[in-house]
Amino acid sequence: MIIFVFTVCRISNVLLCNVTDRVSFWFVVTDSSKNVTTVPGSEVEAAIRMNRNRINSAFLLSDKTLQFVKITSTLSPPVEPSTPVWLIVFGVVLCLILAGIVFLVVAGIHQRKKKNKKSTERENIEEKCEVTITVENGIPCEALDLKAGHINGVFAADDERFTSL
Amino acid sequence: MEKSRPLWDNPLQFVFACISYAVGLGNVWRFPYLCQMYGGGGFLIPYFIMLMAEGMPLLYLELAVGQRMRQGSIGAWKTISPYLCGVGIASVVVSFFLSMYYNVINAWAFWYLFHSFQDPLPWATCPLNHNRTGYEEECEKTSSTQYFWYRQTLNISPSLEASGSVQWEQALCLTLAWLVVYLCILRGTASTGKLEQLANPKAWISAATQIFFSLGLGFGSLIAFASYNEPSNNCERHAIIVSLINSTTSIFASIVTFSIYGFKATFNYESCLNKVILLLLNTFDLEEGSLTVDNLSEMKDYLMATHPQEYAQLSPQLKNCSLEAELDTAVQGTGLAFIVYSEAIKNMEVPQLYSVLYFAMLLMLGIGSMLGNTAAILTPLTDSRAIATRFPKEVISGAVCFINCVIGLIFTMEAGNYWFDIFNDYAATLSLLLIVLVETIAVCYIYGIRRFEKDLYTMIGRKLNWYWKLMWAFASPLLIISLFIFYLTDYILTGTLQYQAWDATKGQLVTKDYPGYALAMIGLLVASSIMCIPLGALVTFIRKRLKRESVSTTA
Repeated sequence: MIIFVFTVCRISNVLLCNVTDRVSFWFVVTDSSKNVTTVPGSEVEAAIRMNRNRINSAFLLSDKTLQFVKITSTLSPPVEPSTPVWLIVFGVVLCLILAGIVFLVVAGIHQRKKKNKKSTERENIEEKCEVTITVENGIPCEALDLKAGHINGVFAADDERFTSL
Repeated sequence: MEKSRPLWDNPLQFVFACISYAVGLGNVWRFPYLCQMYGGGGFLIPYFIMLMAEGMPLLYLELAVGQRMRQGSIGAWKTISPYLCGVGIASVVVSFFLSMYYNVINAWAFWYLFHSFQDPLPWATCPLNHNRTGYEEECEKTSSTQYFWYRQTLNISPSLEASGSVQWEQALCLTLAWLVVYLCILRGTASTGKLEQLANPKAWISAATQIFFSLGLGFGSLIAFASYNEPSNNCERHAIIVSLINSTTSIFASIVTFSIYGFKATFNYESCLNKVILLLLNTFDLEEGSLTVDNLSEMKDYLMATHPQEYAQLSPQLKNCSLEAELDTAVQGTGLAFIVYSEAIKNMEVPQLYSVLYFAMLLMLGIGSMLGNTAAILTPLTDSRAIATRFPKEVISGAVCFINCVIGLIFTMEAGNYWFDIFNDYAATLSLLLIVLVETIAVCYIYGIRRFEKDLYTMIGRKLNWYWKLMWAFASPLLIISLFIFYLTDYILTGTLQYQAWDATKGQLVTKDYPGYALAMIGLLVASSIMCIPLGALVTFIRKRLKRESVSTTA
């Protein structure tokens, strides 16, 4: 790991060149301890990449408003919890639904057992006089207009048998 | 004597069940799209005319048949005429196809709902690429919402042939969706209760089709629901109420959808302009603030004149931002529900709240319609004595849900969305038209409209209005026949069928031809339900012939 310490605080040789409409500047970093040689571009790039936040805040700017040409900013990834949130919600909903299903199935079995017991008791004790809907050949009676004649489905099908005689 | 049929606790329960079945996702994502395509408010004219001529009469017919015969679709049509048992079977087959793929939508809605409990919403930003220098390439080319839909939800393959593997996350959501449906249908009926362009013929056809499918005619669900009614229930009034509420919901949903469209279009237009401004500023090193939205077009001409070479290099990236183009991008179907709406939601304040509300609403619509579909399948099964005596209701419901869930896993594969589109476009369209046509003709001409009129008088106590008789006997069958002919000729004339495939490298949809086996599947889908009608008649005819011969030989 390379740690850069900005010890040189002398700003010199500010020249005007390549004037653009935009606020822009070129800079060269020199290392006075090593015979005033320019620090190679790759090292400067690496330094800027690491200290981007500090440089931005010095100018009161952000990655979007201060652009270093050819240095793409490292984007921060979104915060991800260890277990994805959706699995947790899924688990909660799944447990609720399964509990509901189990409850209903068990209640249904319970009810059927009670009904069977009751119906056997009643058959033993008295005649079955519960109100059932009387059905005439698959069509409930109250839906039929018994006054008007209806063609009875079962017999109508066998009509041909009799006419052929 | 027969065990008494389970009944709705009160007529309101029945009305709500019908409404929740009829009001489905189509009201939200199909109707607004049609309005936009066919002249906005003007589309309401053919829509309401078709509602009066086709929707309400046919809805009333199905409800009346179910209430009169007091059986599911197979039993009801068998009672009308033994040769028509095929119609009921065709309805069940179509309902089966629908329930196979429809619940996948609920699975997607669950997926989005569960992902709404995050800040920021996962579809609001693109994920980063490997070295964290920028966003994922595919996400860059398209938008973050589209990326979330195509890559992180569907993980879609580039074509139908590349099937890929089952996505376990989607499979889990699908299983949950089926468990929810099972929970609701477990207890049977009681629990389901506790939903300029006018001259353009396409506008009229779309109105007719929309009314038809929006009300869910022909699936046997309405017959199933009505069969649990008291015989004296006023199904005429309920038919009118259900169809009016269905249409009102469609219109209300359109109002919301159009405002969402407008919001999204404005937002995207402004983002596009800002991107163009930034690009120009960076390329030509212009002063900040020199390019604004107002002077953009003049500045573009100026830059083109002064720096022609650089401008020419840049021009492929410079998009012409246009608000009209954004508004014209009419989307329907899953694209609207999961891409456009989620894009609008991510830009709102407190997006998590709106996201949860929206996807919960989608879920409610979807599950309401699913319950109707499963009722259409289960009622004939529980009516038939052969099956009902051997297995309890819970086991039959469980078996149906389980089989559908397993088959539905196909739609969770990487190419699943393409199969979904196939089922969505072809499983129910032509077959339903034919089924409802046969139903109308059967009731009017085979059973006899006077006989049916008398039955209705016995049930409701009022004489049948001449309007219903006219619609049933003439208008609705004619409309359906013309729709049927139109769609057939349209399919034949278009030649090879094509589909939209997602191209990850370009970040947009491309058109491709269906491979041979997909075309065979489409043919099979349509044929298997339509063939039930003539086959049913043929089987009954043969059975009667054999019975007659065996009786005559013994006699």
